[in-house]
Amino acid sequence: MKGPGKFQAWRRPALGVALVALALLALPFVLAGAGTTWVRVTNLAILFMLLSLGLNIVVGFAGLLDLGYIAFYAVGAYVYALLASPHFNIHWPFWVILPLGALVAALFGVLLGAPTLKLRGDYLAIVTLGFGEIVRIFLNNLGAPVNITNGPRGVARIDAVSIGELSFARTDTFLGLAFSGPIKYYYLLLLMLIAVIFINLRLQNSRIGRAWEAVREDEIAARATGIDTTRIKLLAFAMGASFAGVAGGMFAAIQGFISPESFVLVESVMVLSMVVLGGMGNIWGVILGALLLSFVPEMLRFTVQPIQEYVFGRMLIDPEVIRMLIFGFALVLVMSFRPGGLWPSAVRKRELSARTGDKS
Amino acid sequence: MSELLVCRGLGKMFGGIQALANVDLSITAGEIYGLIGPNGAGKTTLFNLLTGIYAPDAGSMVFEGEQLAGLKSHEIVRHGIARTFQNIRLFANLSALENVMIGRHARTQAGVLGAILRNTATRREEADIEARALELLELVGLREIANAAAGNLSYGDQRRLEISRALATEPRLLALDEPAAGMNASETQGLRVLLGKIRARGITILLIEHDMRLVMSLCDRILVLDHGEKIAEGVPAAIQGDARVIEAYLGAPAAA
Repeated sequence: MKGPGKFQAWRRPALGVALVALALLALPFVLAGAGTTWVRVTNLAILFMLLSLGLNIVVGFAGLLDLGYIAFYAVGAYVYALLASPHFNIHWPFWVILPLGALVAALFGVLLGAPTLKLRGDYLAIVTLGFGEIVRIFLNNLGAPVNITNGPRGVARIDAVSIGELSFARTDTFLGLAFSGPIKYYYLLLLMLIAVIFINLRLQNSRIGRAWEAVREDEIAARATGIDTTRIKLLAFAMGASFAGVAGGMFAAIQGFISPESFVLVESVMVLSMVVLGGMGNIWGVILGALLLSFVPEMLRFTVQPIQEYVFGRMLIDPEVIRMLIFGFALVLVMSFRPGGLWPSAVRKRELSARTGDKS
Repeated sequence: MSELLVCRGLGKMFGGIQALANVDLSITAGEIYGLIGPNGAGKTTLFNLLTGIYAPDAGSMVFEGEQLAGLKSHEIVRHGIARTFQNIRLFANLSALENVMIGRHARTQAGVLGAILRNTATRREEADIEARALELLELVGLREIANAAAGNLSYGDQRRLEISRALATEPRLLALDEPAAGMNASETQGLRVLLGKIRARGITILLIEHDMRLVMSLCDRILVLDHGEKIAEGVPAAIQGDARVIEAYLGAPAAA
């Protein structure tokens, strides 16, 4: 028999996990009550969480500033779109394309990483920014003379995910509950998110994770300690990119239509903001950042217009403008009052206190 | 007597400045080999060549029969040479323990897949990394503060932590760049004891140091550099009496 104390100690965390799991399982049905839009918004938020977690490996763990990260998202999305749409009349199943998308994105990660190995900080940011734009412009122009990407018109009628008979495009009723497409995607994305969090946690606390930290802290010392910094940096780029590749594939499947316009610089900045605002290097902080920056703008979209119409009788300022305004303001506030992000990693906290604390 | 490291005709230019010219040296397994010279003599440059920070412009470096010239830092670490830095380069925001654990990188294998799956081999390796790191912290006397941030340690502790991180790479030659700099008398005495312990483990030591008492009492042989050139090599007693060495440090005697 277990003692009562032992039972308590075991029961409390398990109970917490069970409650969170239950809440996450019930969430889409609650949201669907408020409108399917909210389920879609949640799905996009999860996609952004996947992206942020991927970028966190590059920026947070290895300390390499990447401003073109959305390019890998684009690569994943286009791999999916081209292999599961009437464009080439290829219709491969998603469980083949997603890993392939991750692989191709990882290759692009290495492609970006290789020429930038000697750069750091601002210089690296400039080159990665350029890389992101190059990928987008390539996608925009690969419509002629040989039509690969269909240019700015984008790829339409992309296949929804389907597992055997179960299509994510339909609504199925099961146990009296209506499982719409977005709800099915929610569960699939949730599974992916859990997998990605798991991989991140394991990587962070491993030989590879420590090597990334070493590179971030002091590259010369890392090399003198026997770390092949070339390989370890390329690995960070490849790992980060592969998550974006998977997220991109899911994005294509959910939207059913993609065009180069979905992968502009602002999207890269957005993902980076999520990482920085949430707490660079801290997996949970990054998730929080993605959650906030995905939901708050949507809430604004639904509140700003009615408020303005109520107060002024008509709409004065476009919600999109207000969104960017609030965004910038929030970032300035966080950077001045919580420079490590809302939920900083322990190491980052130490870094900042060391910089401001003792000036002896 | 076996030669651990043999350098022939090592040279390095920076722009128009000859930082190191035609330096020969050979280090015997098991000895403590001192490297001294006035500021700017090329000691640290020699270190940087030996540890792959720079590639030599001329000459050869043969370590245990293998050519090191042209290899990268991390490859040289794998061959068995580890170093510390004159201006301490620790991973300041990581704990002392993590610093030493990172030192195990070159001698361990786990990759991405191992990290994710955390299979038996990886778990065993991780446990071994931690055990070895703790053992090395014990050796340098930092076991009690293993979880403190490296940057918050005292100067002397940081120097010793850097040595234990270097030892974690299992070197056969340990190159120390001014380990006693900034240490007080009792810390220097502790360092002397520590170097003795390291030597007892069968590790050869290459030592740059300005503390002449330490160098003269500790080293088996000493190489003296001045203006990038070797001006003397020999046992401490011979070096102390060498006219060129005295001249390099104190200047030429006034012409009478």
